[in-house]
Amino acid sequence: MKAAVVVFPGSNCDRDLAVALRNAGADVTMAWHKDAALPAGTDLVAVPGGFSFGDYLRCGAIAAQSPIGAAVQAHARRGGYVLGVCNGFQVLTEMGLLPGALMRNAGLKFICRTAALRVATSDSAFTGSFEQGQLVRFPVAHHDGNYFADPETLARLRGEDRIAFTYADPLNGSVEDIAGVLSSNRRVLGLMPHPERAADPGHGGTDGQALFRGVVEQFAVV
Amino acid sequence: MKATVTVMLKNGVLDPQGEAVRRALGSLGFEGVEGVRQGKVIELDLSSLDRAAAETEVRAMCEKLLANTVIESYRIEIA
Repeated sequence: MKAAVVVFPGSNCDRDLAVALRNAGADVTMAWHKDAALPAGTDLVAVPGGFSFGDYLRCGAIAAQSPIGAAVQAHARRGGYVLGVCNGFQVLTEMGLLPGALMRNAGLKFICRTAALRVATSDSAFTGSFEQGQLVRFPVAHHDGNYFADPETLARLRGEDRIAFTYADPLNGSVEDIAGVLSSNRRVLGLMPHPERAADPGHGGTDGQALFRGVVEQFAVV
Repeated sequence: MKATVTVMLKNGVLDPQGEAVRRALGSLGFEGVEGVRQGKVIELDLSSLDRAAAETEVRAMCEKLLANTVIESYRIEIA
């Protein structure tokens, strides 16, 4: 399984994401934001956290319009897998690959700690290695993670079982405590918490490993 | 030609920063501020001399980059 981790100026956790994917068995290549194409044969694109382009204008807005952004959108339209973590989630909403938007945290503070999350659906490659309703602990580190979607969009997300993770306790003002959502084909996942920072015993937790294992094993089966 | 784009959060979208400013004004003794909405102003210097064409172009810029129409509305003034 071939994964590409996209790197923008200001990305961080991009190498953590690469390590987590490699440990799960993926063949990982880094892709620079100025590249117009993804590495040949890319199965999964991972968009990392950080502060791409300094969060100027809006978080993820400029990254979404970068040359590699068009390639990521084309990959998703072809039915390719895409994972966006933290700033990567913001980039995917700005691209229109995922519904809703991430706004400033309701408490206005940058939140940096480990959060308990509930796996809201196990019906996706990313969440299939978890039990539905399972509690997991992933670190969060964001200033703009307050998920917003209008009532019609929320009803659609609920009806189609596309809410992937919720915060076990209110964290940042997100509507319905949403921490991560799936695309309609269930192959694009965006989430604010960082599974790649809970993927090694040295991190103090390994709950994130199952997410990477799930998506990598999807390709071993096929 | 100069275009001024004003981007605001849509009505109904909670504005935590505006709310913090409202509370701060209250604590400074300014009474009667019932609501604060914070947005941004973007000024563009355009080479175009055609007002209608400029407006069409700026509208496209707003839709593609300057505003996130999921949560924001925008207003364009051309002078």
